[in-house]
Amino acid sequence: MKLTQEQQDILEGKLGEGAALAIKVQIGIGECFDAPRMLPITNAHVALSNQESDLWFAEKMVGLGAKTRIPPTVNPGFCLSYFKERGMVTDEYADHMRRTHEAHKALGCRLTYNCTPYMDTNIPFPNEIIAFSESSATPYVNSVWGARTNRESAQSALCAAITGFVPEYGLLLEKNRKGNILVEVKAKMDSDFAFSMLGYMGKKIGPGIPVFVGLGDYVSPEAHRNLGAELNTSGAYGMYHIVGVTPEAPTLEAAFGGREPERRVVITDEDFETVLEREISDRGNRAIDFALFGCPHFSVKEVRYIAEMVKGKKLAVPLWIMTSALTKNTAEKMGLLDILREAGGDVVEDTCSDQPCWHFLKGKVGVTESPKCAYYPRKRGLEFVIRDLKTCVEAAMEGAVK
Amino acid sequence: MGQKFSCHKISEGKGVGQVIISKDEIMFYLVRPEDGVVIEKAHDLEGRSVAKKVIAFPGGKGSSVVQSDGLYQLLMKENQPAAMIIEHAETVLVAGAIIMEIPLVDKVDPAFYSAVKDGDRICVDASNGIIEILD
Repeated sequence: MKLTQEQQDILEGKLGEGAALAIKVQIGIGECFDAPRMLPITNAHVALSNQESDLWFAEKMVGLGAKTRIPPTVNPGFCLSYFKERGMVTDEYADHMRRTHEAHKALGCRLTYNCTPYMDTNIPFPNEIIAFSESSATPYVNSVWGARTNRESAQSALCAAITGFVPEYGLLLEKNRKGNILVEVKAKMDSDFAFSMLGYMGKKIGPGIPVFVGLGDYVSPEAHRNLGAELNTSGAYGMYHIVGVTPEAPTLEAAFGGREPERRVVITDEDFETVLEREISDRGNRAIDFALFGCPHFSVKEVRYIAEMVKGKKLAVPLWIMTSALTKNTAEKMGLLDILREAGGDVVEDTCSDQPCWHFLKGKVGVTESPKCAYYPRKRGLEFVIRDLKTCVEAAMEGAVK
Repeated sequence: MGQKFSCHKISEGKGVGQVIISKDEIMFYLVRPEDGVVIEKAHDLEGRSVAKKVIAFPGGKGSSVVQSDGLYQLLMKENQPAAMIIEHAETVLVAGAIIMEIPLVDKVDPAFYSAVKDGDRICVDASNGIIEILD
């Protein structure tokens, strides 16, 4: 890879040891993909996750004097004040989150603690070269906003934010942004949940860039979010096209760059049912202990939807909605938070489902509309029945799910 | 001397171990750090351990965050793979392997896949771009 004088200087430590390590990692990545050079970035999102590896790497960078040149927005860990006040986390967990916070503060990150930055706090321009990690964020900024990023890891995105550059390969290049898999959707796409299920078809879709047809001419922000989040739970996808919807797919020909699809896949209601029942959801027709939503973070529209369903009623089990501090603030002003709390639910800001703050739910069975929410916390012993949002909220009011 | 095959270095180093072959992509977060056993439902390797083995699999999948945490946790318990052989390189796994210093290769001579059997002892010399089947 050919480096500019500035990049060479970073490698030699003129911006400090941290930046030198960051660019070394990036050169390794660039060489893997035969990148000829590095390009400057103007935006980044670091999917910090308050996991041990994350903290280890961030503290290592702080220790080496690194500071982000391009201040990135960041993912949630858990909201220290919320869980600490209620005595829901041990001192050990609280201390871990505090260290994650301090490390990213020292790195100069924008501490948004939100996994859907593409909805309101970090929206890139078309063709902007950026470094975004986070399952749902990478496909969203590429596919919906037409910006250019590879599917960065939390660490590689942090390296990019520190050096201000990314190796030029993959989705940064026009020629690599064309679709190669035609996905004809015959399943009924009547809710944002259906888009989650469509995203979970990664095994059937196979690796590459899917081009979806049969999704109508309007796809909501929440549906795009769900599609990307689940594509990157069932597989690894940097972008997708929806013909007639996403900007680089005005026509089928444009989406494929004039080439023939390498694969053709048809997705039916039966595919959804098979994967849902056999692979990802616990069995239904049972009592449940809690409801958890907002993986990825819910929009204020979704908070409103739930508030309207539970208004004046009592929930049978606790219900939490995870979202950004911004959305929580908006929901509070709209009176939605009061409605939810009166019913026995709550909105939690800055928090992810895959965090130790939920350990008190270990061994319990919840409902969620997010396959991703059910997938990762499995490691922490949380079990979920996955249903569409309406069914989940009804289940939370009844204490049992269909 | 066993059969040798060419490959392309992603993350440098050399690893020797029994090979375990997965037809599914892998998310290391759903691998138990204590024994390296894959706990993902309906996964090709569900219930089998990848600890200290050479894993041959299509590539990484899943979260851009916890993939590397999975590798890190395995590393802390010394149950990380000896090396990894993949077909599709993607940034998340590549970055994780480089940062955690686990040998990783791709672009393997296709003849390797017909010659290798699950359980063979193999050596992956990523730095020199060579895979050798030892027995």
